[in-house]
Amino acid sequence: MQDSVKPNGITPSQTVGPFFKYGLTPNGEYAWNDAFTNSTLTPDVTGDRVRIEGRVFDGDGIAVPDCMLEIWQADAQGRFADPQDKRALPNASFRGFARCGTDKDGNYSFDTIKPGAVPDPEGKPQAPHILLAVFGRGMLRHLYTRIYFSDEAGNAADPVLALVPTERRATLVATREGGKAVYRLDLRLQGDDETVFFDV
Amino acid sequence: MTFIYPTDSNKAHPLPLSPEYKSSIKRAPNKPLIPMRHTLSELTGPVYGHETVRQGDNDLTRQHSGEPLGERIIVHGHVRDEDGRGVPSSLVEIWQANSCGRYVHVRDQHPAPLDPNFTGAGRTVSDASGYYRFVTIKPGAYPWGNHHNAWRPAHIHLSVFGHSFVTRLVTQMYFPNDPLFPFDPIFNSVPDEKARARMVSSFDLENTKPEWALCYRFDIVLRGQNATPMENH
Repeated sequence: MQDSVKPNGITPSQTVGPFFKYGLTPNGEYAWNDAFTNSTLTPDVTGDRVRIEGRVFDGDGIAVPDCMLEIWQADAQGRFADPQDKRALPNASFRGFARCGTDKDGNYSFDTIKPGAVPDPEGKPQAPHILLAVFGRGMLRHLYTRIYFSDEAGNAADPVLALVPTERRATLVATREGGKAVYRLDLRLQGDDETVFFDV
Repeated sequence: MTFIYPTDSNKAHPLPLSPEYKSSIKRAPNKPLIPMRHTLSELTGPVYGHETVRQGDNDLTRQHSGEPLGERIIVHGHVRDEDGRGVPSSLVEIWQANSCGRYVHVRDQHPAPLDPNFTGAGRTVSDASGYYRFVTIKPGAYPWGNHHNAWRPAHIHLSVFGHSFVTRLVTQMYFPNDPLFPFDPIFNSVPDEKARARMVSSFDLENTKPEWALCYRFDIVLRGQNATPMENH
């Protein structure tokens, strides 16, 4: 069945369109069997539980109601639930992946734990961060960004944040609100205060 | 971590700003993407197995008490990387309009019938060779208001996870010889003709089931890992 010819390139990306919610995102209006939630929390997970909230806006500052966000992160010890990461994972059922759709006002939220430090290619620790992929109608390819945390001293030495012009770094840093473990990060797809997106 | 994924492969993707597709105009970043080296975060990715996929989730014709209306079809193929290696255990999710071109989505206002026996969403996990298979209904074309007389070519949306977060792909599978191709700004947002052709399935007579369903083959190609190992950690 499988031909052995090397493909001449990858399959191009296309938009998720406006009508993905019944198929992909959790907690929607549909009774369909959700494979995903907007929470990574599992009964055995250790670490600081946090909630990340925000809104998504387009280039006119209008809320985007048909976005899908996905996060991917290490556990509190900085380890990934991935067979390529050979280090033992103490949180046996922690997956590190969650998915959320935006609501009519562009709101999203994730319940997760603050990740530990993950090494960069030289083996130096990166500041705690979460990978975020943004999909949506009008977006022909998803965009990659990162979520950092405002109360982490390690941000100052983070090698990826260092690639970002100083005045744009705040677009990657979720701000801790009051005494609660709630962090806020709005995403702007376009404009003067556009979120930093990475070419990976 | 042992491998990196060449970023040159991304040239096959559409440009974020494709003005003919009007919804992209206010949703494409103005500022250049910032290049960065892949770290462990980018080189790992979610691996989902059968714990989230129920038996039968890949048969969209069996989700309700009756048979959906329309042309029953089989869609199958391999998930591979660009070096030709099969991608096993990859979660493949699909969603689509029904045979009349209507999504079950609450905000789809196209005045075509909804089919009580068709939800239009399914998922499966690729096997050890990267092979996947769905049974579904051929979706209809539908109007979408992007421009005068705009109709989407029939398509099935697919979401695929490779073996790292940078191989994540959402795409659309089209059907061969669709007369709407020249007029569709989403299909044509992919500048390279050969890359566009990789979004078109092929009619597969060999695997068509007599008296039951036509078959289409759709091979999905994800970014491949360089043969050159990176530093080990």
